[in-house]
Amino acid sequence: MELVTPGFGLVVWTIITFLFLLFILRKFAWKPILGAVEEREDGIKSALASAESARKEMQNLKADNERILNEARAEREAMLKDARDIKAKMIADAKDEAQSQANKMIEQAQTAIESEKKAAMAELRNQVASLSIDIAEKVVRQELSNKDKQLQLVESMLSDAKLN
Amino acid sequence: MTLNTFRNVLFSALFMVISTMGFANEDTENPENEKFDAKEMILHHVKDAHEFHIMDINDKPVSIPLPIILYTDNGLVTFMSSEFHHDDSGQHIVEKNGMKFVKLHEKIYQLDGDAEAVAFDEEHHPTNASKPYDLSITRNVFMMWVSVFVLLLIFVTAARSYRKSEDNMPKGVAGFIEPLVVFVRDEIAKPMIGEHRYKKYMPYLLTIFFFIWINNIFGLIPIFNGANVSGNIAFTFTLALFTFIITTLVGNKNYWKHIFWMPGVPVPMKIFLMPIEIIGMFVKPISLMIRLFANITAGHVIILALMSLIFVFKSVAIAPVSIAFSLFITVIEIIVTAIQAYIFTILSALYFGMATEEEHH
Repeated sequence: MELVTPGFGLVVWTIITFLFLLFILRKFAWKPILGAVEEREDGIKSALASAESARKEMQNLKADNERILNEARAEREAMLKDARDIKAKMIADAKDEAQSQANKMIEQAQTAIESEKKAAMAELRNQVASLSIDIAEKVVRQELSNKDKQLQLVESMLSDAKLN
Repeated sequence: MTLNTFRNVLFSALFMVISTMGFANEDTENPENEKFDAKEMILHHVKDAHEFHIMDINDKPVSIPLPIILYTDNGLVTFMSSEFHHDDSGQHIVEKNGMKFVKLHEKIYQLDGDAEAVAFDEEHHPTNASKPYDLSITRNVFMMWVSVFVLLLIFVTAARSYRKSEDNMPKGVAGFIEPLVVFVRDEIAKPMIGEHRYKKYMPYLLTIFFFIWINNIFGLIPIFNGANVSGNIAFTFTLALFTFIITTLVGNKNYWKHIFWMPGVPVPMKIFLMPIEIIGMFVKPISLMIRLFANITAGHVIILALMSLIFVFKSVAIAPVSIAFSLFITVIEIIVTAIQAYIFTILSALYFGMATEEEHH
């Protein structure tokens, strides 16, 4: 029976000792330890959160980059297309110009040839005229000596002229 | 590595056996012609004592005297327990401040008036002596203070190591302590009390957990002579009393309503349940008190009984069996030290949780 009867002295000392232990440990052990543990846990939590947000930001950045890259690509495409158009246009213009220039030159050449031809014809006509006069003069001279011969001459002359 | 581990195990087993033998040997104080009384020896070990008895050498007890503090009608009286000269049968009378004291079965009696010796009735109770309030620093109080000292050493050192480290990382003893503290928080306080209210109870829960545990462990160390602090009903009574007081103080309207006017049942049932709930209020801490006391005391009794077999049979041949069995029980008891501390703490937390639970619909 004595074994299960709480002794007065031990109860008193246990109360005192336990309260002492509780207050000392609370102040000097539990508060710092739990504080440190909690602080570390909060630190880990916030580190994870910031890592997550960094990851999201990274994703956004990547998406932005992609978009900018696509835009740049499209722009380059457009620019190249413009350049090609301009090139084609320039070539076409140059061709037209050259064509017209050539046509003009041909025209000029033709006019020049025409005029040269006319001049040549005129000179030929003059030459033929003077030759005819010469012939006529010689014929006239021969006629004075020999009528037959004159005729013969005229006839040969004319055949010559025909040949010309 | 394996060899080392094996050697360690072997040495610790050997050490345990030797120290347990020493611990059992001291009970051979009875002369050879006297019959060995196992019950007497076991009770002597399990109960509290006024001196710290270590062992007997050539039938001479070696013990540390502890202060005796008595509150008598004439005020406080203090003297050392060595003044009784190891007498526990009420023969040796110590006179202080004109008062006469004797020690009988680890109880201090004050002799009435001018009595010169203790007179006994048929049941061996003193008839001419009264018991003053005994506030002595007994073996259990002494061991409790040793445990407090060790606890403070461990935990204040651990707490300081956090302050020193810049990144709050546990170092040294804190690395060993932190998982236990986190265990009490995450496995006991949070699930039992609730995520939002547990913080207030953490210091109490941690303190009882480690206080009970370390005293359980100290009770198993043979050189401390099985100081049975956590197996003493006064100790468990006090801790259970604290749990009861806290439960009663923090109890909210919902808690009291469940005791006195159980919601959700018909009126006759409410009336029927009221006395049961009121009894339950007290039974909960009483169960805490008895569970810890009985578990720890039973462990001590079994180990001591196994050791007593050697002296009961008066044969060394039985010693290997006794030692093997008590070693086995001791290993189990080592587990029990933690389990009982855990159970006491988790049930206290559960009672706090029940007392502060909000009404749910």
